[in-house]
Amino acid sequence: MMSSNQALGILLQIYQSLLVVALAPLLTGWVNQCRAWLQNRSGPGVMQPYRTLRKLFHKDAVIAYNASLLFRATPYIRFGCMWLAAAIIPIIAVDLPFSPAADVIALVGVFALARVFIALAAMDIGTAFGTLGARREMLVSFLAEPALLMVFFTASMISHSTQLPRIVEALAQHQFVLYPSLAFAGLAFVIVLLAENARIPVDNPATHLELTMIHEAMILEYSARHLALVEWASSLKLFAYISIGIALFLPYGIAEVGAMAGNWGSALPLAIIALLVKMVLAGAALALLEALLAKMRIFRTPEFLGTAFLLAVLGLLIHFLLGA
Amino acid sequence: MVGAFPLDIADAIIVSLMALGLMGLALQHSPHLITNIIFPLGAIASLALAATGFWALGEPVSHTVLPLGLPGLPLHLSLDPLSAFFLILLGGASFGVSIFSAGYFKSMPGNTLGLLCLEYHLFLASMALVLLADDAYMFMVAWETMALSSYFLVTTDHHVPDIRKAGFLYLLIAHVGAIAILLSFGVMQGGHGIGAYTFAAMREAHLSAFWASVAFLLALFGFGAKAGLLPLHVWLPEAHPAAPSPVSALMSGIMLKTAIYGILRVTFDLLANSLNGQQWWWGVLALALGLITAIFGVMFAAVQGDMKRLLAYSSIENIGLLLVGIGLAIIFHVYGKNTLAALSLTATLYHSLNHAFFKSLLFVGTGSILHATGERNMGRMGGLIHQMPWVAVLMLVGVLSISGLPPFNGFVSEWLLLQAFLLSPGLPNSYINMLIPVAAGVIALAAALAAYVMVKFYGVIFLGQTRGEAREHAHDAGIPERIGLSWLALACVVLGLAPVYVVRQLDLVTQMLVGKGLGNATPGWLFLAPVDMERASYSPVFFLLAVLGVMLVTALVVHYFYHGRLLRGPAWDCGYPEQTSRMQDTAEGFGQPIRRIFEPFFRIESELPGAFDTHPRYHGRSEDRLWYALYLPVKRITEKLSSWASLLQHGRIHLYLAYTFVTLLVLLAFV
Repeated sequence: MMSSNQALGILLQIYQSLLVVALAPLLTGWVNQCRAWLQNRSGPGVMQPYRTLRKLFHKDAVIAYNASLLFRATPYIRFGCMWLAAAIIPIIAVDLPFSPAADVIALVGVFALARVFIALAAMDIGTAFGTLGARREMLVSFLAEPALLMVFFTASMISHSTQLPRIVEALAQHQFVLYPSLAFAGLAFVIVLLAENARIPVDNPATHLELTMIHEAMILEYSARHLALVEWASSLKLFAYISIGIALFLPYGIAEVGAMAGNWGSALPLAIIALLVKMVLAGAALALLEALLAKMRIFRTPEFLGTAFLLAVLGLLIHFLLGA
Repeated sequence: MVGAFPLDIADAIIVSLMALGLMGLALQHSPHLITNIIFPLGAIASLALAATGFWALGEPVSHTVLPLGLPGLPLHLSLDPLSAFFLILLGGASFGVSIFSAGYFKSMPGNTLGLLCLEYHLFLASMALVLLADDAYMFMVAWETMALSSYFLVTTDHHVPDIRKAGFLYLLIAHVGAIAILLSFGVMQGGHGIGAYTFAAMREAHLSAFWASVAFLLALFGFGAKAGLLPLHVWLPEAHPAAPSPVSALMSGIMLKTAIYGILRVTFDLLANSLNGQQWWWGVLALALGLITAIFGVMFAAVQGDMKRLLAYSSIENIGLLLVGIGLAIIFHVYGKNTLAALSLTATLYHSLNHAFFKSLLFVGTGSILHATGERNMGRMGGLIHQMPWVAVLMLVGVLSISGLPPFNGFVSEWLLLQAFLLSPGLPNSYINMLIPVAAGVIALAAALAAYVMVKFYGVIFLGQTRGEAREHAHDAGIPERIGLSWLALACVVLGLAPVYVVRQLDLVTQMLVGKGLGNATPGWLFLAPVDMERASYSPVFFLLAVLGVMLVTALVVHYFYHGRLLRGPAWDCGYPEQTSRMQDTAEGFGQPIRRIFEPFFRIESELPGAFDTHPRYHGRSEDRLWYALYLPVKRITEKLSSWASLLQHGRIHLYLAYTFVTLLVLLAFV
């Protein structure tokens, strides 16, 4: 027999997953809209990503003659990975039944799996831009991934666990303490977020200028439903990253399943409102950051990401030195 | 009472492996019998060896004394959980490789094949004997047999001068290492006379801290030479490409692990009495060397153009990771944190097993590619996924495993290792506490770079358009090759999906080495939780089902609500009309960013075309600085010394008689 807590947990799990999948394009739309406003344009509106997705799903897919099965499977794999990531991060509630399946290290692994597949798919057609994109993506990630892992390690050291729900509990539900190590980790995390989500200054999501693109170069050969899934997965990834940032650095308001059993009528709406407010603010902040920065040369990116990696290691060292 | 001890069965299998080798030599006039019968029989023997190891894992330790050896120096064998574990590794991986070999060596001429068959099975048998040896004499005999048989295997194509050179380098470093191991045993037996050469006597010997450290350092040097530890790694990238691919697989997948076995045996078993709080620096040394080796290996792997050299450098990286695990285990053990030591050891053993399977898989896969294309240079391949779908799919499993991606096996061991790092705070030594975060960072960096390397490896070989001259004639692997590859790939998947079960078996080994098992916090098989569920957990089955489930549902929803129409057309590529296969990245091109970022670590020779060259040519080589900074000076000194020594040699008998006379006079003066 399932206890009511477990049943509630599973319900919440399904609810969170569907909510995140549905909301992710909205976040992308909001960031784009904010960017448009900051650039003094009126912008296409926050619903534009949904319209794009709808259009893409209706089109007939065109792929190159020599595209292999790997190329066709990758959008689905990537979408599955991002969905899993969104399912294990405590976004509206902690203690979801899925979360013990993967801790933060496995979460980094999920992102890596998606990335390796998209890089391989980019090389599958054998075009100049595809391999260029794959090479640059792997270049960005081999520095960003360890930095992300170090950020997680700092948080894990503080909370004595690599489980995200435990980290959130330790950081949110105990007394308020300032952790100097987390400050370094936070800075590193922002850099990783920009790099991993193909944002300025590392990449430009709006560009089709061949020599500057990374992510766009990889997905040039995708069209229709494949492209729609890739784009949707990218939105999900951005959503997941911002959620991780919230969980690590602003974990206030995320509901607990156990505590919710009694009064979930009030805890759940509160959690959703908290989520929406944080997302609106984070999206606006991201747009502002992008408006203020300039795209850097690709050869400068290793230095930029190396800084993130060193900051994160420094954060971990500070934790060891100060115990906080 | 069991009729036969596992050890007796293991002995019988080893003898039958040797017999199979001899039969191969005898059958050299009918090569098809060798490939169709001897190699499959050898594979079955390997499987039996793995089964015996599996059986012995839970049994009490068994010993035996063979009626062989020198007078008064009989050969001792024993089978304890540590040996049993490595027997499983040996048998499991060599089963796949032997089946593969049955197909791979089909086209080889009979006399070469007969010799190869003998050396191949002797190599397997001697590796098994290394694992079973219970005295220094037996160990050294088996160790040298292993070195010699693998030397002859490496130089199978001995008419190529480069291969002879590579073989010589391998033999040289193997022997320098063997001398160090011999000296280490000499120190450990502690001058107790002739009876003290058995491992049992060495365990009892009470060494002072100084001599224990000497023994450890000698063992680390000796086994490190075999494992490819920096700076003794130079033979790996030469010998692995030179050897036939199944031999590279055995050497990289299994033989390197015998060195890991040796380090574990000496440190945690033979020197167990001397391993106490004073020896924390052993662990730090191993950890530091491991980190340097790991990062060095992966960096060089990233810039290679030869697919087998790339894999050889990747083996160096993995050996580094294994040594990091051993170093961490030593540190935890000397400070009495045995559960954590067990965790690090579990990670090490698990990674040994994983590496044996995925590296063998990738090496034999390169063999298939070599047969199909006749090329080792990745820059002339491309698009092989269309001509070799079997090899491509099975090698994809190996590539994902070695990149440490969930839910495959490489991820599990890396996960366990990182968990061990995260549990490290609270060690009484503050220097070590400072080292740990840096070390964790380096491990993370090496793991991420490994993914880079493997995307390059797979992407350049299998994906894209065919480079260079058309390789339309490239054919997929034959049936035995497919079975061998599938077995190795299956092991990667199973080891990735059933970590809970594997870790429970590994507990038997860590119990023996550090007196603690890991256990599992949860009773079920679904969640791997090394310490407790609150601390960390991982469920690969859940993981796989979730991703697959979402993929399936998404595909169904998309096809049902919209449509599944698919058209084929020429590649878009931003509308550029003239696309040739030469516009793709070559292996060098894909590695270029790494070469640029880590430029100071490489010795780069490059030749760039000028703006007005009529025949522009680009040429670049990234070489190992250590070769120039360490090996060539040693070589020059050796040459100088031997040229001085040769001044005495004139080949004239009366001069030699004069030397004897002078020596006698000098000696008389002393007496």
